[in-house]
Amino acid sequence: MYICRILLLCLALNVSAAAQNLGRALAPDEIAKLDLTISPDGTGLPPGSGSVAAGAEVYSKKCQGCHGADGAGKPQDRLTGGIGTLASDKPIKTAVSFWPRATTVFDYIRRAMPLQAPQSLKDDDVYAVTAYLLSIDGVVPKDAVLDAKSLPKVKMPNRDGFVNYWKPKK
Amino acid sequence: MKKREGFVGSDVFVAGNGLMDRRLLLGGGVAAGIAAGAAGLALGQSPDWMKTPGRGFSGYGMPSKWQEKVQRPFSPAPGRPGTGSSRTPLHLLEGTITPNGLHFERHHNGIPDIDPARHELAIHGMVKRPLAFSMENLMRYPMETHIRFIECPGNSGGYASVQPAQTTAGGINGLLSCSEWTGVRLSTLLDEAGVQPGAKWVVAEGADAAAMSRSVPLEKCLDDAVIALYQNGEAIRPEQGYPMRLLLPGFEGNMCVKWLRRLKVTDAPVDARDETSHYTELMPGGKARQYMFLQAVKSAIVKPSFGMAMRGPGLYEISGLAWTGAGKVSKVEITADGGRTWAPAALGEPVLSKALTRFRLAWKWDGRPSVLASRATDETGETQPTRAAWVAQYATGQFYHFNGIQSWAVAADGTVSNVYL
Repeated sequence: MYICRILLLCLALNVSAAAQNLGRALAPDEIAKLDLTISPDGTGLPPGSGSVAAGAEVYSKKCQGCHGADGAGKPQDRLTGGIGTLASDKPIKTAVSFWPRATTVFDYIRRAMPLQAPQSLKDDDVYAVTAYLLSIDGVVPKDAVLDAKSLPKVKMPNRDGFVNYWKPKK
Repeated sequence: MKKREGFVGSDVFVAGNGLMDRRLLLGGGVAAGIAAGAAGLALGQSPDWMKTPGRGFSGYGMPSKWQEKVQRPFSPAPGRPGTGSSRTPLHLLEGTITPNGLHFERHHNGIPDIDPARHELAIHGMVKRPLAFSMENLMRYPMETHIRFIECPGNSGGYASVQPAQTTAGGINGLLSCSEWTGVRLSTLLDEAGVQPGAKWVVAEGADAAAMSRSVPLEKCLDDAVIALYQNGEAIRPEQGYPMRLLLPGFEGNMCVKWLRRLKVTDAPVDARDETSHYTELMPGGKARQYMFLQAVKSAIVKPSFGMAMRGPGLYEISGLAWTGAGKVSKVEITADGGRTWAPAALGEPVLSKALTRFRLAWKWDGRPSVLASRATDETGETQPTRAAWVAQYATGQFYHFNGIQSWAVAADGTVSNVYL
C-alpha cells in the first residue's frame, strides 16, 4: 500500500514536471479577430466584395502617392507590368508579374498597407484595390468584382513559376 | 605540444605569398616582425586620469566615448524611416558575439513599442487546444540557452552586382549577427496545444505595423526552434522583437519573426509576401526557387578589409568569420595569391553549431599587391562556391542568399579594396 502511494506520487510529479500547461484556452471568436492569415485556397478571406471601379477610387486616394499612377511605381515599389519578362535578360518582378497568388496581394494589402495606416482599409476596399491592380494588366476584366469566392480562382501570370527548394527530412 | 623550434626557415609557410602555419598565431616571438608604424608615446609621466577621481556609477553602462564611431550603418529611405535595414559593423568588432546595440536590424514598418503586459502569443489552427501565452506564464516554462547567428537572406547581396562594391566588410556582410539567445523551446508549447495529424507548416506573424508573416516548416518548429526572450543575458531588444521573437537556428533571418504574436498551424504554406516577392531567386529560364530556408556555408575576412590600411610589409593577422545554417564549420581555408594556393586557418574554439566561428591565420606580407580570400566548408561537406558559379545559377539581378567566396585586394600602398576573383 505504502509503495503504491509512493509510485502514484512519483507518477503525479512526473506528469506535472513534464508540462507546465499554462496556456490560456483561446475562444473561437478571439481567434476570428486575431487571425489575419489568408491561405491560397481562400481560407480566411472575409465577407465583402470590391469592384475594379471602386478600387481605382481607393487607389488614387490611398496608394497612388507612393506607388504611382496605374501601379507603375515611384517613389515606392512598382506593382504592375513586367508580365512575360521573367525569362528575359531584364526580368521585371512586380506583384502582378511575379507573385503566384492573388490571395497574397489581398493578404499583404490588408495587413500592411497603406504604410502610414496599416489595417485601416475596410475589407470591401481591400477587395476593390486588389481587383483594380489586377485589372491594369488584364489579369482580371475591367468589370471584375472580387470576393471570397472569386479571388482564390484568379490565375496569376506566374502561378506556376516557383520551384520548391525545401526538402523535408521525412 | 609541438615545439616552436619546429617552425624554422620556410617550414612556417604553408601556402603561397606568405601564409603561415595555422598553429603559428601571432603572439610572443612571432609578433616581433610586426612593423612599428605608430610613433611611440611619451610614457613615464602619470596621465591626467590618474590624478583626479574618475566618474561615478551609471544604471546602464555605455561604450567608451572613444568608441563612438562603432555604429550600425544605415540609410533611411525617404518617407519610410522605419523600413529597411542597419548593419552590424563586423570590421570594427572582435570575437563572435554581437553587442546587443549593434545587432543588425531589418524592419518592414518600424519598431513597435510593445507593452509586455498587453502582449500574448497565440497558437491556433490545426491544434487540439488553441492557446494563448502571456509573458508572465511563458517565463515559467523551462528555458534553454544557445549561441546562434541570425543572417538576413539579403546579406552580401552586393556581390551580385557587376562591379565589386567598395565598402566595408560590415557594409557588405553586416546583415549578420550572433548572440546568446535564451527562451522556451517551441515544441514544448506546440505539444501543449496538441498538433493535429496532417499539419505540416506553421505561419508565424509579428505584432509590428507590417504584421510580418512567414510560413515555417512544422519540422523545424518541432526541432530546435525557440521562442527567444533574452539576448546576451538581457531582455531581447525592441529592434530584435521585444518581448519575443521566433528563433529558427540556421534559417533565414526573415523567418525568425520579431514581436511574435501568433503561430497558426496549417497543412500548407500561405505564400506570404515575404516568401514570394522576397527571398526567392529567379533562375535563367524564368522559374524561381522558393523556400530556400537554410543559410548556406559562408565566410568573410574582416581583417584586413576595405577601409583598413596595411602599414608596410611585415607580419599581419588575417581574421574573419565563418558560419553555416547546416551546423558546424569544419574548415576555413585562406589564399593570399588570388586562389592559387590555400592554407587552413585556425578556428576559434569551441566551434558551435549555427553560430559564428572566428578564424585566424598569420600572414607575412612582402609588400606586393596580393589578393586574399577565404573559403569555408561545413560538417555536411558543403563548400562555398566561387562568386562566378553562384551568379551563374540565377537570372540577372538576383541577390538573395549569396554565399560565394569573397576576396580583398591589398595594393602595394597597403590600401584594401573589394575585388572579384
